[in-house]
Amino acid sequence: MLNFLLTRLVHAVAVVFGVSVAVFFLIRIGGDPSALFLPPEASLEEIARFRHLMGFDQPLIVQFRQFLGRALQGDFGQSLRYDQPAMQLVLERFPATLELSGAALLLSVVVAVPLGLLAAVQRGRLADRVGLFLSLIGQSFPTFWLAIMLILLFSETWGILPPSGRGGWLNLVMPAMALAAYSTAIITRLLRSSMIEVLQSDYIRTARAKGLAPLPIILVHALRNAAIPTLTVIALQVGALLGGAVITEEIFAYPGIGRLAIQAISNRDFTVIQAFVLFMAVVIVSINFLVDVAYALLDPRIRRR
Amino acid sequence: MQFLHRFLRSKLALLGLIIVLVVLIAAVFGPAIAPHDPDAQDIMQRLLPPLSQGEEGRHWLGTDALGRDVLSRLIVGARVSMLVGVAAVVVSALVGVTCGLVAGYEDRVLGRVLMAITDVQLAIPFLVLALAVVAVLGPSMWNLILVLGLANWVQYARVVRAECLVLRNLDFVQAALTCGTTPFTILWRHLLPNVTSSITVISGLLVAKMILFESSLSFLGLGVPAAIPTWGSMIADGRNYVANAWWVAAMPGWALFLTVIGINLVGDRLRDLLDPRSTQLEN
Repeated sequence: MLNFLLTRLVHAVAVVFGVSVAVFFLIRIGGDPSALFLPPEASLEEIARFRHLMGFDQPLIVQFRQFLGRALQGDFGQSLRYDQPAMQLVLERFPATLELSGAALLLSVVVAVPLGLLAAVQRGRLADRVGLFLSLIGQSFPTFWLAIMLILLFSETWGILPPSGRGGWLNLVMPAMALAAYSTAIITRLLRSSMIEVLQSDYIRTARAKGLAPLPIILVHALRNAAIPTLTVIALQVGALLGGAVITEEIFAYPGIGRLAIQAISNRDFTVIQAFVLFMAVVIVSINFLVDVAYALLDPRIRRR
Repeated sequence: MQFLHRFLRSKLALLGLIIVLVVLIAAVFGPAIAPHDPDAQDIMQRLLPPLSQGEEGRHWLGTDALGRDVLSRLIVGARVSMLVGVAAVVVSALVGVTCGLVAGYEDRVLGRVLMAITDVQLAIPFLVLALAVVAVLGPSMWNLILVLGLANWVQYARVVRAECLVLRNLDFVQAALTCGTTPFTILWRHLLPNVTSSITVISGLLVAKMILFESSLSFLGLGVPAAIPTWGSMIADGRNYVANAWWVAAMPGWALFLTVIGINLVGDRLRDLLDPRSTQLEN
């Protein structure tokens, strides 16, 4: 078990290192990054001074060592727009995003698990068709359009939900719904198909044959095995939710890191963009690590490997 | 022919195919079949509701805030969606399948490195990566295709690699190896033909995702430059008028939604027919 965890931990650190290499080169793919950071009307002397200040005139390898050394201390430089360190801006906005994606994830799981189970058990019958139809719609609905239509309905027409901002839980309802639609569809489909597969296996037939009640078979025997692939997909959905939050936050004027990133892009605030991408990656890698641990707890075969 | 017959046995798949064909016709013939000039502004006829009679004919789906015909813009906008969606999938497939074949054939150093790169890629949410790259390179259609393509190759690489790892040990590949066949020929003639059904299945569903991504980025103003009408940017334009002119945002939304449903229906059917695991489940 310890061995397994250590391997996964080393792997996680390696991935974060890889992402930091990617982030470092990201702002350099277009050539000299000074041009990105400075407004187009900057004079040549200004550019030269800035290039020296940021170290862009140093050899790449020196720049990378500096970047990595500072990044390890959480230092991504000052935001070019706000007089604050870039990482601090991201961290300040993160709780809002966490709240939103947490609510969306909860909503997805609460809707998708019963729906997927019901569809699998009632396979080919009405409940299954309804489940598949709903998940097809959820998968095909453009998030941003759904968000606009929700505002039109709940705020403009009925006036029961606030159209924007952050505050009470009422502010979370629409953004979470818009954000959750896609993940709900994906989780439902996957749980349905893995349940169908598990329900056909020999040990379930045995359990049925010895006369166990249907409900314990489904919930205890089958779900436990179907949960493993589903957990993988839920973990992947966390990444999708954090990414999707960019759009949802923008539409609902919700002050999270997604909105911060959009603003940073329109302000050409590249230190913030760097901090944002790397921070997202660290969050996702940590979640994947936790999922690996959860696997090991769920499935003894993985522990022994 | 037999495959088409089996494909069309599902009514939903037929519906999906019809939707996809309609959108494709709009994408190919765009300006030629649009009832009005999609860029012609007429401030006197702004925000006309659907079915209004304009000066130059009926506006079936109304007009937008600048008096442009919504239906014509929808038809022309189909081209960007389809072009970007399909081109991005081609880029993804080229990169992903190549990496997957190589990693599946040679899974020591090179294969491991390639799989490590897929892990790094998966740690960055797609939209985040796309936003950052478009911010650096600037928005243009080719940048968009490149970003979408390079951000979605991982799925191909993983699936193709997993299949090649199995195929590599089968007798026909081993026999070819013994005969001294070059690695390139093994990849191209022996492995690739055996992974085409997986590639088709992934591609079908990925086109739908790409179209959604493209419209999301265009909606945020980070997609195709504003001069070209796209469904995403039309929804963004219409967003400010939802309260009194819902059709400006709703019509492109429906177009997008129906297109994606159509592609997903076709993709699902392809998966049911081609993926050996799901055929097993069906019978």
